[in-house]
Amino acid sequence: MSATPGYFGKLSRYYLWYTGCFALFLVAVALLEQEGMPRLWIGYLFMFATIALYATIGVICRTSNVTEYYVAGRRVPAMFNGMATAADWISAASFISLAGGLYLQGFDGLAFIMGWTGGFVLVALLIAPYLRKFAQYTVPDFLAARYGGGAGGRGAPVRALAVGATILVSFTYVVAQIYAVGLIASRFTGVDFSVGIFLGLASILVCSFLGGMRAITWTQVAQYIILLVAFLIPTMWLSVKHADNPIPAVAYGSLLPKLTLREAELARDPREEQVRAEFRRRAGQYAARIDALPESWEAGKLEAQRQLAAVRARNASLTEVRQAERALATYPNSVDEARAQWNERRDANLARARPPEPHAEPFPGATRAESDNRRNNFLAVVFCLMFGTAALPHILMRAYTTPSVHETRVSVFWTLFFILLVYLTIPALAVLAKYDIYTSLVGSDFSALPTWISYWANVDKANPLVSVADINGDGIVQLAEFAIDADVLVLATPEIGGLPYVIAGLVAAGGLAAALSTADGLLLAISNALSHDVYYKMVNPGASTQKRVTISKLLLLGVAFIAAYVASQKPADILSLVAAAFSLAGSTLFPVLVLGVFWKRANHQGALAGMVAGFVVCLVYMLRASPALGGSLDAAWFGILPMAAGVYGVPAGLLAIVVVSLLTAPPSRGSEGMVDYIRAPE
Amino acid sequence: MTPTPPPSPPIDHEARRRLAAARASHWQRSRRLTLLLLGLWLATGFGTVFFARELARFEVFGWPLSFYMAAQGASLVSLAIIGFYAWRMRRLDRAAALDAGQP
Repeated sequence: MSATPGYFGKLSRYYLWYTGCFALFLVAVALLEQEGMPRLWIGYLFMFATIALYATIGVICRTSNVTEYYVAGRRVPAMFNGMATAADWISAASFISLAGGLYLQGFDGLAFIMGWTGGFVLVALLIAPYLRKFAQYTVPDFLAARYGGGAGGRGAPVRALAVGATILVSFTYVVAQIYAVGLIASRFTGVDFSVGIFLGLASILVCSFLGGMRAITWTQVAQYIILLVAFLIPTMWLSVKHADNPIPAVAYGSLLPKLTLREAELARDPREEQVRAEFRRRAGQYAARIDALPESWEAGKLEAQRQLAAVRARNASLTEVRQAERALATYPNSVDEARAQWNERRDANLARARPPEPHAEPFPGATRAESDNRRNNFLAVVFCLMFGTAALPHILMRAYTTPSVHETRVSVFWTLFFILLVYLTIPALAVLAKYDIYTSLVGSDFSALPTWISYWANVDKANPLVSVADINGDGIVQLAEFAIDADVLVLATPEIGGLPYVIAGLVAAGGLAAALSTADGLLLAISNALSHDVYYKMVNPGASTQKRVTISKLLLLGVAFIAAYVASQKPADILSLVAAAFSLAGSTLFPVLVLGVFWKRANHQGALAGMVAGFVVCLVYMLRASPALGGSLDAAWFGILPMAAGVYGVPAGLLAIVVVSLLTAPPSRGSEGMVDYIRAPE
Repeated sequence: MTPTPPPSPPIDHEARRRLAAARASHWQRSRRLTLLLLGLWLATGFGTVFFARELARFEVFGWPLSFYMAAQGASLVSLAIIGFYAWRMRRLDRAAALDAGQP
């Protein structure tokens, strides 16, 4: 089976029609908004319409054929495969948080842009074409065939380790996606967080459960179109508004010097300095209280109780009583808790007391050493994201779905092309939004705050996503008085730019598409690893094809519900582990994959040692250096952050393979023949 | 399941030798290409970041060079590398097929 021009033309026509219908839908909703349809309904409309759309595609593409279910029949044309992989790749984090991250971190945030795009060079040059030539179903398939070993030389130990790595990496990642689905759904439609999760889950399931890779591929293409439109429209709007140029990636070059000037102005502004001094004073207060522990904890508790009693005694308003009650209820329960909380608050205040860092300046630092450290961490993060990208099973799996090796190479090109349509715009959006906020919000009057601020400030009362308070009491917004969470920027961009609410609904649908498409791919990677690699290859090699697909569907259902359950517990830790997933994937899988192709002498024992060594070094470093996991940054090697543990894991994995392979017997003739085969031209 | 074996080699030794030679030279060329492109990738990805502070003095179309490279330049170079690789490998594949077939 191969892609014929007719097939490609038919697909192109379908998706052009689809895009046209989607545009009509947008216009219709915009008209309805003009007619006075309430915001909540617009949110519902976008959410349910898109979910129903994905489910419909899933139903149309249902299949129970093994090749269709696992690798979409190996006939997805390169361009569409690239589009689907791009949707697979652009996760909720890229869509929702990355621009906000760049807004907050300036140059440092660009490490994510570089890492998440540069990794595709490794995919294209070192891994994907060879996987396609091998032409099986999963990444563990390749490793097991290449390294052999175990009972009967079928490579069961290597396969088991690879499956373990696949599941671990994909599962942390999928939980984060489902979490994002719940977040977006609950913010835009007002449904409960867990209801939102299960709504999203329903669409994921209808799609991947019925049609496996085939349904996922065609849904992802549809999702890519939505997320691209959703990301570009508001950004282009801001770009026209500030730079008179509809292409943000080109336009923001002219804005950057203006932003730099404005930053310098704000850094010198005496009113800004007033606010910063106030934050320094507050930080000093916390520092004093920490020094005075444990007495200060006792005193604070008594004071909070006294306050509450006083408020009640003088019959103050209900809000005041509530406030005093909350102050007492959230007061730390023990001296240790107080120390942790006050430390955190002191640091938060200190952070806000610093003048803004110039957006475009690489690695600002008080000393050369500090600046060097930032540069090294930047490089380390880029390294981990690149090598992690080249080892993520749900991305590599897509190398199997094209008709030929050449199409696989071209498909990686299209993948990066479609990713870049969004990624080149992300730094632009960060600059445009920053310019907008620095020039129109900062310096404006507190009595005339835009509505988006109060809306987003009230979404999550416990941890406000946007906060602005008149710290120095002059009635004018200073930059230092304004704080915004990285997750809000993209979702609020339409409102920042003054666009109608329909665009905000569209952006939410785009975020949902990004999260769902990635979740789809990840769930399939997990369930394929379980059904194909564990069940069929290790437990029951005699299973009929019908049975294999059925088992796969059941496992998918199971994994999806476990992931949704974990996400509904709102696990703070697992979200921080997502960045770690890249390091783990790179350290565990990248060395075996690449040496498997490029070094014939790598053998079974070396592969096992490499996977274990990469994983262990990566994990140990994280445990050692991550304060969240019980370590401390003082224990970091060369000051590298725990998130970038792959910097040590990847070389450790490579080294272990080389050393152990050379110490043990060379691999069998069979694996040598296989390497020759995958290297040979088509 | 083992991968499908390579197409059954022709019976005469001359043809078999030619196929082996064509494959060896194809592999050597594609390895050299890979190495060259990885070198370029390393220079644009990591080189420009390592010297970012020095490069910030230069300017392209309003962007400081180091900012531009990190935000867009390196990604675009990656895209070019992947595109060039796909095109070039196609030519190498075809050349190898010719070498193996011709006397």
